[in-house]
Amino acid sequence: MAVSVRELRARIKSTESMKKITRAMELIAASRIIKAQQRANEAAPYARELTRAVSAVATYSNVDHPLTTEPEAPTRAAVLVVTSDRGLAGSYSSSVLKEAEGLVEKLKAEGKEVDLYVTGRKAEAFYKFRGRSVAQAWTGFSDRPDFDAAKEIGEKLIEVFVEGAEAEAAVAPGVDEVHVVYTRFITMMTQKPTAVRLLPLEVVEGTEAPAEGDVLPLYEFEPSAEAVLDSLLPQYVVSRIWFALLQAAASELAQRQKAMKSATDNADELIKKFTRVANQARQAGITQEISEIVGGVNALADAQAAND
Amino acid sequence: MTDALQVELVAADRVVWSGGATMVIARTVDGDVGVLRGHAPVLSALTEAVVEITPEEGTEVIATVDGGFLSVANDRVSILSEHVLLAHEIDLSKAEVELEEARRLLGTNNDAEKRIRRAEARIRAVEKAS
Repeated sequence: MAVSVRELRARIKSTESMKKITRAMELIAASRIIKAQQRANEAAPYARELTRAVSAVATYSNVDHPLTTEPEAPTRAAVLVVTSDRGLAGSYSSSVLKEAEGLVEKLKAEGKEVDLYVTGRKAEAFYKFRGRSVAQAWTGFSDRPDFDAAKEIGEKLIEVFVEGAEAEAAVAPGVDEVHVVYTRFITMMTQKPTAVRLLPLEVVEGTEAPAEGDVLPLYEFEPSAEAVLDSLLPQYVVSRIWFALLQAAASELAQRQKAMKSATDNADELIKKFTRVANQARQAGITQEISEIVGGVNALADAQAAND
Repeated sequence: MTDALQVELVAADRVVWSGGATMVIARTVDGDVGVLRGHAPVLSALTEAVVEITPEEGTEVIATVDGGFLSVANDRVSILSEHVLLAHEIDLSKAEVELEEARRLLGTNNDAEKRIRRAEARIRAVEKAS
């Protein structure tokens, strides 16, 4: 017998307590994911109204805004990578990072330098381990982001983008493009890492052809179209980032739930297997003891017969 | 329902209030505007101030917004702001402390003016609601 019964018992016990932990994490993730989805739904009206307003301004005015103008020769891009703070979520962070790496490669092939902005400790650790510098990292809110975090990130990205648009040879090089890589929550079962370009903004002018009678009204702008656009667009950007963070949070929880479920299932299987082996070992021990006793008795009987 | 304004007061993370109303008063960067039925379509930037909504029934809804937008079209009014607080959600003592602090920072900090406006709006909202 390679492993003693006692050792097997200990293994079963540790697997059981591990199963308890993974099971608890699964349940926690499952309950949080509902909340995360709710928050994503609650944020939808704001995003919808904002998009409506932006397309209204874009349709009725020909205003050039720094945030919407394509730079002629983009040389520098910022990539915001949204990952989780904690692991134990299956391939969640690594698939986002893989997607991000693909994008970085692509941008570099186009001759652009890439500045990395990351959220989540996993991405921070990933780049630190590889000795690559990260322009800025935000951590500590990946599974329940708050709006202020989105705002801070948004303002920072807008700032570097505007620097890139304004100053040709600025001291701190701004960027000409901003991309976001995050995980899109499609269903509970599927989440997809996605890369989108955030800036310069491509204002969607009626991607869905407006239905009859749903034509955008002729707005008046107060104080002026430029001023409205000036405060509207940054908010739009922030709302897009907020949306990405919420989606990422929901995806993270969904993947954690899935990963923890399979860990629990696996623990179940291990326990079953160990129990079988332990039973076998116990049975083997008993059999051996019996055969030893029987052997001893036989030997005694033989000795007695010889004496007689 | 048909002869009322459809109002939506939306914060970044939730719909704060929505329903039919007879009048909406908000403060844009140019000054106060009142919106009644049949108002021309307008899109304007708001400042940190109190928003008053007179619903079709029930008591007046008073809230503060931190900047944002007012858009009016076809008797639909949407007020969008990153943070919206209804009067009863405001912590008056906190707002007063904030106001003091912001006043002290005035002149040294660029955000001070904004913070003063925000705190004042909150205090005013509570006063109006009581």
